[in-house]
Amino acid sequence: MTNPTDLKYAQSHEWVKLTGEIATIGVTKFAVEQLTEPTFLELAKLGKSVKAADEIGVIESVKSTSSIYSPIPGDVIEVNQAALDNLALVNDDPFGAGWLLKMKVNPDVLLDHLLDAAQYDAQIAGH
Amino acid sequence: MADLRTPLHSWHVAHKARMVAFGGWDMPVQYTGIIEEHKAVRGGGGLFDIGHMARLSFTGPDALGFLESAFTNSVASMQVGQVRYGLILNDRGGILDDILVYRFRDHFEAVVNAGNREKILDWLKEHLGELDCNIVDHTFETAMIAIQGPQSVALVDGLFADDVSKLKYYFATHTTWSGHAVTVSRTGYTGEDGFEIVIPNALGVPLWEALIAKGAVPCGLGSRDTLRLEAAMPLYGHELSEQIDPIQAKLEWAVKMDKGDFHGRAALRNRLPALPERVGLLLEGKRAAREGSMLFAEGSAVGIVTSGSYVPHLQQSIAMGYLPKNFSPVGTELLVDLRGTKVTATVVALPFYTRPKT
Repeated sequence: MTNPTDLKYAQSHEWVKLTGEIATIGVTKFAVEQLTEPTFLELAKLGKSVKAADEIGVIESVKSTSSIYSPIPGDVIEVNQAALDNLALVNDDPFGAGWLLKMKVNPDVLLDHLLDAAQYDAQIAGH
Repeated sequence: MADLRTPLHSWHVAHKARMVAFGGWDMPVQYTGIIEEHKAVRGGGGLFDIGHMARLSFTGPDALGFLESAFTNSVASMQVGQVRYGLILNDRGGILDDILVYRFRDHFEAVVNAGNREKILDWLKEHLGELDCNIVDHTFETAMIAIQGPQSVALVDGLFADDVSKLKYYFATHTTWSGHAVTVSRTGYTGEDGFEIVIPNALGVPLWEALIAKGAVPCGLGSRDTLRLEAAMPLYGHELSEQIDPIQAKLEWAVKMDKGDFHGRAALRNRLPALPERVGLLLEGKRAAREGSMLFAEGSAVGIVTSGSYVPHLQQSIAMGYLPKNFSPVGTELLVDLRGTKVTATVVALPFYTRPKT
């Protein structure tokens, strides 16, 4: 697997990258592969305040519909319009250009409940 | 659960197919992508491993009479080489399975859904009684491969000892490939022209690779599902079940009430009128309804979705489901609940997709 080591992962297959008070959130390559190519994406509205595990989006493929959950609490400050306009970005580059949204988070937000890349590798091993 | 493997299983794994459990079998859901594979079938020729489908033979003097009593469509009126779609019903008229029956010169064959193989074998043996008919399950002796799409005739050209392009739709023939006996039928489950080929196990991979060499695109069960949905073909376990009868499922054309008695006929004669019936739905927007999504009218839940997807060729969000007759006319507007969001869905005529006339 190619899960980047600079990200943290939720068991529900979202990733988060924390840079100061800004958290960038997306879904993992494994999630996209399991879902198969996205046909629909909806993301939380700008300004929405979310708790950890709140729904922040819905992603669909021809096969299935999945909720996207926020790994951490915060306020949505940006959504990736390019990804909404072109779902291939999420399919082809979920850890890069296919990021989903950015949140402003409390500077001392806890990430302890999230997995590191090795732990996430282990979770998805065998699939 | 999914411990059964077709003769093509190792090929799928070696070619990085994503494998899923289906009907007790470990089957490819996609190779490169469902959308691409779906479009390959609509625009050219796709190849499917359908070895999970159960293949049964019926021999003996009572084979015709027994099948006539078990199958809703007419068997006696079939020509040699003809294939017919129909149902096996329980005593309440509910659908035990939808199957294909093949008539050959001295015997019959049937293709049964993978997940119903054991149930149907048990049911057939239980209902055989004193009749002289030998039923044999050949599923594990053979591979079954479907070639589907407008290029199907070109893709099989010259492959077999006989010219199978002369086969009429829903006819089958015995022929040979590389000197080995095969059965080829002009049948399929995608809404396109095509052939389904039954071949001994050891020849499954060589025939598969020969078809790829001619330009056929390997396709998984994911696209098979979206293709059959566009063509509005029912899928057992979704549109069809033991709780649904063929009239509800809009399959009256495959039920010959006046051919003589058959299992379930009395129940269909005495059925309650005005049961919910199968409909097609077109949703607003790109979000898909899924099996179990509820349909609302006038503020009340009135029906349920049995299959739904945003489909690659039509590029629309379509679904099939069941609605009572007062909400089933084409043009009726309803709301479908997509995990808390209500989206407008309109009843439309089936099928959603019909292949262009050539």
